[in-house]
Amino acid sequence: MAKKQIHLAAHFPGVNNTTVWSDPASGNHIEFASFRRFAQTAERGKFDFLFLAEGLRLREQGGRIYDLDVMGRPDNVAILQALAAVTDHIGLAGTVNSTFNEPLDVARKLATLDHLSGGRAAWNVVTSWDEFTGENFRRGGYLPKDKRYLRAQEMLATAQALWDSWDADDVLADAASGQFLRHGDAGRFAIRSDQFDISGRFPVPRSPQGRPVIIQAGDSEEGREFAASSADAIFTRHAELEAGQEFYADVKRRLEKFGRRPEDLKILPAATFVLGDTEEEAAENARQVQYQQVGPATAIAFAEQVWNRDLSDVDPDGPVPSFDPKTDDDVDSGGHISKGRASVRMYRDPVATANEWRELGEREGLSLREVVIRKNGRHTFVGTPQRVADTIDEFVQSDASDGFVLVPHITPGGMDPFVDQVVPLLQEKGSFRTEYEGTTLREHLGLRPSPTTVAAVSVEA
Amino acid sequence: MTQESALHLAVALDGTGWHPASWREPGARADELFTAGFWVDQVREAEAGLLDLVTFEDSFALDTDRADRAQGRLDAQLVALRVGPVTSRIGLVPTVVATHTEPFHVSTEIATLDYVTTGRAGVRVKVSSRADEYALFGRREYGAESHEGLFDEAADHIEVQRRLWDSWEDDAEIRDAATGRFVDRDKLHYIDFSGAHFSVRGPSITPRPPQGQPLVSALAHVDVAYRLAARGADLVFVTPGGVGRAGPTGDAEAILRQVRAEEASVGRTGEELRVLGDLLVVLDDSVDAARERLARLDATDGEELRSDARILTGTVGDVADVLESWHATGLAGARLRPAVTAHDLPRITRELVPELQRRGLFRTAYDADTLRGHFGLARPADRYAQV
Ligand SMILES: Cc1cc2nc3c(=O)[nH]c(=O)nc-3n(C[C@H](O)[C@H](O)[C@H](O)COP(=O)(O)O)c2cc1C
Repeated sequence: MAKKQIHLAAHFPGVNNTTVWSDPASGNHIEFASFRRFAQTAERGKFDFLFLAEGLRLREQGGRIYDLDVMGRPDNVAILQALAAVTDHIGLAGTVNSTFNEPLDVARKLATLDHLSGGRAAWNVVTSWDEFTGENFRRGGYLPKDKRYLRAQEMLATAQALWDSWDADDVLADAASGQFLRHGDAGRFAIRSDQFDISGRFPVPRSPQGRPVIIQAGDSEEGREFAASSADAIFTRHAELEAGQEFYADVKRRLEKFGRRPEDLKILPAATFVLGDTEEEAAENARQVQYQQVGPATAIAFAEQVWNRDLSDVDPDGPVPSFDPKTDDDVDSGGHISKGRASVRMYRDPVATANEWRELGEREGLSLREVVIRKNGRHTFVGTPQRVADTIDEFVQSDASDGFVLVPHITPGGMDPFVDQVVPLLQEKGSFRTEYEGTTLREHLGLRPSPTTVAAVSVEA
Repeated sequence: MTQESALHLAVALDGTGWHPASWREPGARADELFTAGFWVDQVREAEAGLLDLVTFEDSFALDTDRADRAQGRLDAQLVALRVGPVTSRIGLVPTVVATHTEPFHVSTEIATLDYVTTGRAGVRVKVSSRADEYALFGRREYGAESHEGLFDEAADHIEVQRRLWDSWEDDAEIRDAATGRFVDRDKLHYIDFSGAHFSVRGPSITPRPPQGQPLVSALAHVDVAYRLAARGADLVFVTPGGVGRAGPTGDAEAILRQVRAEEASVGRTGEELRVLGDLLVVLDDSVDAARERLARLDATDGEELRSDARILTGTVGDVADVLESWHATGLAGARLRPAVTAHDLPRITRELVPELQRRGLFRTAYDADTLRGHFGLARPADRYAQV
């Protein structure tokens, strides 16, 4: 039997501390040349798709704009559309928020991207709903947290209904007979749901993929159900073997009740990597990167996110603070010191987290900064190219994932070593393509062609 | 030939052309309407003619239910973005419907277009005045707001786009390794816009684009629209000898007088509006041949061509005469709408442009790299920067 194939995505370095800007190799983060270089490298490496994250408000901490990380990025679908002009095969995946957009606009943009890239579009449907972000939009922060997936689900189902509103053969463009459309009112729809009440004609004829590829990122129970019901790929944080296998089994198990097969949903954890010629060199490189990623100021900032208070007079090279975090402000209430940062929700019990950090520091004689590095600065794959290739293949073959979304720490050249040194080894193993076989992203991912029926979720056509 | 004496020339791209029968003409490539190559080739043709810019029409709603007319529309901003990397000098100006879009998203999209083209982005802002377009969004009721109110909202939309473009000062990024700071946050600014339809806090997520302020434009036939342009635009497209919703628009001189009056009444400072006259062109070797073409196109479609802009059926010499006379009254130039892109666009780039060059009215080579530069507009100072 043919070996299970690995799927790889290249994540343009994000606006967080994973991206190292202080390194001399670190280039411009906003110019088109950087995006072009990154995308072309990933395409040279035969990656399935390029991936862009999104944040619609600059993050703040302690009431001021957070200034320690790389920041500033383009509009996602816009930059992907431009990249379609300088690449030929690679999928183009953008994160687009489901709360601060309207379905007709988003569906039209993604269908356009799909047309003007020859079938390479993907949408990572995220659900950030907070009032903080809402301050930049017409709606403000009206959406309660528990409605975020309802809206996301209806948004997606609506977009799919819009994409399905044109049949593939509706456009005839037959100059001789004078018939442009098979039916004059192609694209007609009417949708009424909890979040939307819209009708008319969708303006974009059916695109090459029919429906662009759908990705979902969100780890909660609701997020997993959403992915199992409607996504083609899920982007997760579970990049450890056992946790990965559990997550994989859990999500794949959910597919059946939606009438879907295990291969209809690809599970792609986020992963970082650091390479070296020897194991020792790789470990040393990784250590250096960690220290670049968590400088003294970043260590304090991270601690403040747990303690939820100003720690500017704490010494990052001293011990973990002996006092307890402030717990009176719920993260979602908007009162937290850190705003616009999804990861803060991971600290559901800050006092317990602080205790853990303190114990680790005392047990191993680590400073606060060293503890933060241990807790937050771990790289997924560290080793020689051979070791990294072996590990990735093992993850995929043992069903801890279907591949990875790789995030390098240098813009724009950070993916080059992986493409030059690791990809050939994966290809030797017979687990990764040596040439693109299809033309669309669906084909790269081994997904079935999109269904042409309207999705069932609360949409009355 | 100085910047001032030169005429500015734009082409308005809309599918296979502005005549509804254009899709059936030889070379129209109607079956490629939704592919990148179709758009890239049109813009490259315009760039070969040294034009200042092309505009891309847009609307969320479709124009017709007739199966014998070309239908279907891609997002104009994305068409411009797809064309950006494979062109080098021409300005790209997509249309944006202010009424149904988020100014925050539009601002970052246009800034992205400006990055992709290193300074050739513009935007044409328009108001939604069709019930079917409102129904596609289902957020507000058609007719519930006055025309004036919608134009005020569009002015707010432009204001927010502009403030967001300035919300990062040019030197905000400092990469100061000593303190670990990537930006100087004193150079990032909340825009704190608050209006009748939206409030936007800012700053942008996108740093200040290459032009500082991409070029903002609007098409106007009536005073509320002239006022919108006077308040927020750099460039306005007008329709001398055409018709607006309030009847005939008047000649170039009368329109220009109205535009300047609106500029005065809103207290506009700085650069005055650049005014381009719109003309729908049906071109041929003789007036008779052009008339025959139009008659044939009309017969094919079954309806007489109608337009808000004056329709000129004639030779490139006739067009050059009109442009020269407009120019003499103070218009900065023209935006031409080709009736059949496959036929009339090459006539513009390969015949009209040389004719205008012979008359000393048009550039013989691009002398600027940015869209603002084509219009002699400097890169503006950031409104938030402390001097
Ligand atoms: C791996 C991963 C990547 C994400 N990327 C983004 C992003 O780029 N932009 C965004 O607004 N939210 C992002 N999210 C946030 C999710 O969309 C979601 O709002 C959040 O995870 C809360 O949902 P949950 O409770 O289901 O996890 C991401 C989440 C995960 C797990």
